[in-house]
Amino acid sequence: MTMAEVQIMTGNTAAAIAAKLCQVQVVAAYPITPQTSITETLSQYIESGALKAEYVRVEGEHSALTVCISASTVGARAFTSTSSHGLLYMHEQLHWAAGSRLPIVMCCVNRGVGAPWSIFNDQQDSIAQRDTGWIQIYCRDNQEIIDTVIQSYRIAEEVYAPVMVCYDGFVLSHTMMPVSVPEAALVNSFLPPYKPHTFLSAENPRNINPVIFPHMRKNSAGVLCDGYMEMRYKLQKSLEKAKDTIIAVGMQYTKLTGRDYSELLWHYKTEDADIVLTGMGSIATEATVAVDQLRLQGIKAGVVGVRVFRPFPRIALQKALQGARAIFVLEKAISYGYEGALCSDIKAALYGTGISAPMHNYIAGLGGRDVKAREIAAAVETSLGEINNKKTHNKTVWINCRQ
Amino acid sequence: MEKKDKNISAMSTPAVGEAGLTGDWRDMKPVIDHSKCIPAVKKKAACYLCWLYCPEGVIKAGIPVEIDMDYCKGCGICAEECPAKAIAMVTEEG
Repeated sequence: MTMAEVQIMTGNTAAAIAAKLCQVQVVAAYPITPQTSITETLSQYIESGALKAEYVRVEGEHSALTVCISASTVGARAFTSTSSHGLLYMHEQLHWAAGSRLPIVMCCVNRGVGAPWSIFNDQQDSIAQRDTGWIQIYCRDNQEIIDTVIQSYRIAEEVYAPVMVCYDGFVLSHTMMPVSVPEAALVNSFLPPYKPHTFLSAENPRNINPVIFPHMRKNSAGVLCDGYMEMRYKLQKSLEKAKDTIIAVGMQYTKLTGRDYSELLWHYKTEDADIVLTGMGSIATEATVAVDQLRLQGIKAGVVGVRVFRPFPRIALQKALQGARAIFVLEKAISYGYEGALCSDIKAALYGTGISAPMHNYIAGLGGRDVKAREIAAAVETSLGEINNKKTHNKTVWINCRQ
Repeated sequence: MEKKDKNISAMSTPAVGEAGLTGDWRDMKPVIDHSKCIPAVKKKAACYLCWLYCPEGVIKAGIPVEIDMDYCKGCGICAEECPAKAIAMVTEEG
């Protein structure tokens, strides 16, 4: 372990410092609240020469990610960040980045999506991009932001898949906390240079992403090339394999820093807990305070935080939830017409395992509405009353919302 | 055993035939009547409007004019433009 410097900083500063420590070579981004200060900080680093990188100014987020795709294709380590409508505007290019198997790292500073207009935090933006083939990791505090960005380049460049580092707008992005900044030498030893799987060479030209046909086909050299389905199968396999990579990389980072990233989940007071609260990002942090309050009432509650959402930690969740008498899934997003996406995914993970504990889905904090620990605790107490009376096994509850 | 493609994303090398023989997209094929085709009749380089107009670049401006049927998609522009009416579009068999 090396000596690290502790500084007080916002989540966005933490993200910018992390990108600098990773020596990103190309940054392309478009301003959008609450992400903007990440790329403002990076542009200052580049202008002052503190970071040797190309800052490409673009006319929108679609182009921002396209620049990163091009840069990554020819072997540059690329970084971008966005929020909300900016992420949605990137939607097409998210698929292109993943399908091209490019290890781009992007910070998504979570913000609600219009209409109506909101600049405030929820996670509808990144949840809506769940199926684009990106790895999604959610941070619960600013320390996790700096650490996750650094680990993400290593993960992305090992499995050749892009990583979206998600964290809550304002709650983390603009809130100052103490953050231990790893030494540059530590990051350098942890993160080897990026080796691209594609390249640009006049002597050995390639068509990258040509039209691919439904069937497999021989190329001019007689090699049987993958069809579209084989390519997509490879993407799926790489994301499944990424679980092991994320854990291996996390364990190595843990060894270097002393901060625990050895799992796809994190746990708070779960050893003896029979009531489990789960969620992603800062709402799960808030749940730890709610758990402390519930424990004062004699309720043995704990929190299982979901750090990695894609690839989905199915087996880890089965293990973490096997002793639960009731499960409460807190979400700052919803799949309209059904329930929260995390809740559905957890239910699917438990299918066939024999775990059939009641599960209530809490939709909270949409569009930046404050989520208080006592509101979570009160909701859990109400739910437990209903569950004990065998009233509701499965329910979606909107917390702190006039109905 | 067949060689397997090791690429993890779709890539190809620019080469003739890389995208497959597009001639099999054809419904009608052009047939040249060299007794009418100007370079064949005059026995010198002349006209070549078919070569100029062909959007696929599969017509060879020689004496006589030749069409690469592996890649001709059968669009019929050559037949339409031929001032000597030397090219007929004929239905492909089968």
